[in-house]
Amino acid sequence: MSVIWTGMVVVSIVCGLATGHGAEVAAAAVEGTGAAVELCLSIGGMLCLWTGVMEVMRRAGLSQKLSRLLRPILCRLYPSVADDREVMDSISANVSANLLGLGNAATPLGLDAARRMGRKSGKVASDALCMLVVCNTASIQLIPTTVATVRAAAGSVTPFDILPAVWMASAISVGVGITAAKVCARLWRD
Amino acid sequence: MDLFYTMLVPFIMAGVALYAMGRKVDVYSALVQGAGDGLGTLVRIAPSLIALLAAVHMLRASGALELAARILTPVLDCLGIPAETVALLLVRPVSGSAALGVGSELIAAHGPDSYIGRVAAVMLGSTETTFYTIAVYFGAVGITKTRYAVPAALCADLAGFMAAAWAVRVCFGG
Repeated sequence: MSVIWTGMVVVSIVCGLATGHGAEVAAAAVEGTGAAVELCLSIGGMLCLWTGVMEVMRRAGLSQKLSRLLRPILCRLYPSVADDREVMDSISANVSANLLGLGNAATPLGLDAARRMGRKSGKVASDALCMLVVCNTASIQLIPTTVATVRAAAGSVTPFDILPAVWMASAISVGVGITAAKVCARLWRD
Repeated sequence: MDLFYTMLVPFIMAGVALYAMGRKVDVYSALVQGAGDGLGTLVRIAPSLIALLAAVHMLRASGALELAARILTPVLDCLGIPAETVALLLVRPVSGSAALGVGSELIAAHGPDSYIGRVAAVMLGSTETTFYTIAVYFGAVGITKTRYAVPAALCADLAGFMAAAWAVRVCFGG
């Protein structure tokens, strides 16, 4: 991140001076910080409310219910660990937490599954571990609350009307990721 | 349909609360505790949002973004991705808060209900911080040979970006 941030600042100064927008670039830095604080304030309330609702879902056991539903599908995705009950439990809990948007809960569960998988394979990523990582790098959140909150803060009356589009895009992205991982698992030569 | 989306949030809130009450969960204390966690998240992302939005605004004022967009337009056109989202594409796999900053900037500048605004929102909602996730998972397990995980994950990201632009066109026209 350090390289990226420094790069962004240096590039904008060089570009700004070259195009004669030096003064605007200087003013923009101040403006940007103000915009960030405004953004935090405007999304803060809804963000907190949503994490509250998600905590209620978690305590009501909705995630466990989901993970039971997901097991049969997941066994096909992870054939090499399908008979290891503990790993499959962690994976399905990880996926259901991701679906519900419980990012803070999903990561420790996923890491738990990853550690159990890693014990067998040493320093080399196994096919199952690659699949787990690829699935976690694709977003499968059913209700993208943060984005909807940002849209609401920008004045959208129906911030959730992007839901079908998000689901379509997520499904395609996850599908491509899973396919790529499955294809690579067959073709990859170390 | 609009009414459905407007009422979606209150319905989810009521539905979750009723279901949880049925399961004998202390709804209110869970709600407040969760909201407190949300506040923690907000405080955690605020500093990076401030740093990054300053840099993003500088980039935009300098004309560098338009330059990058112009260079990449032919490629992005082929993929069906609007060139305005170029900065979002570049930061999305690296940093979640940077992507949120760049994305909300696009949404505010073009309007939340514009084509660009919607594409930015769908991109944010359908992709993840790929490199961060890979670093966390492989770091935690001590994996040094990641094999095909990175290329496969980036395929998924690219597919997600293309699908976001396509899905918005399908759902909203434009």
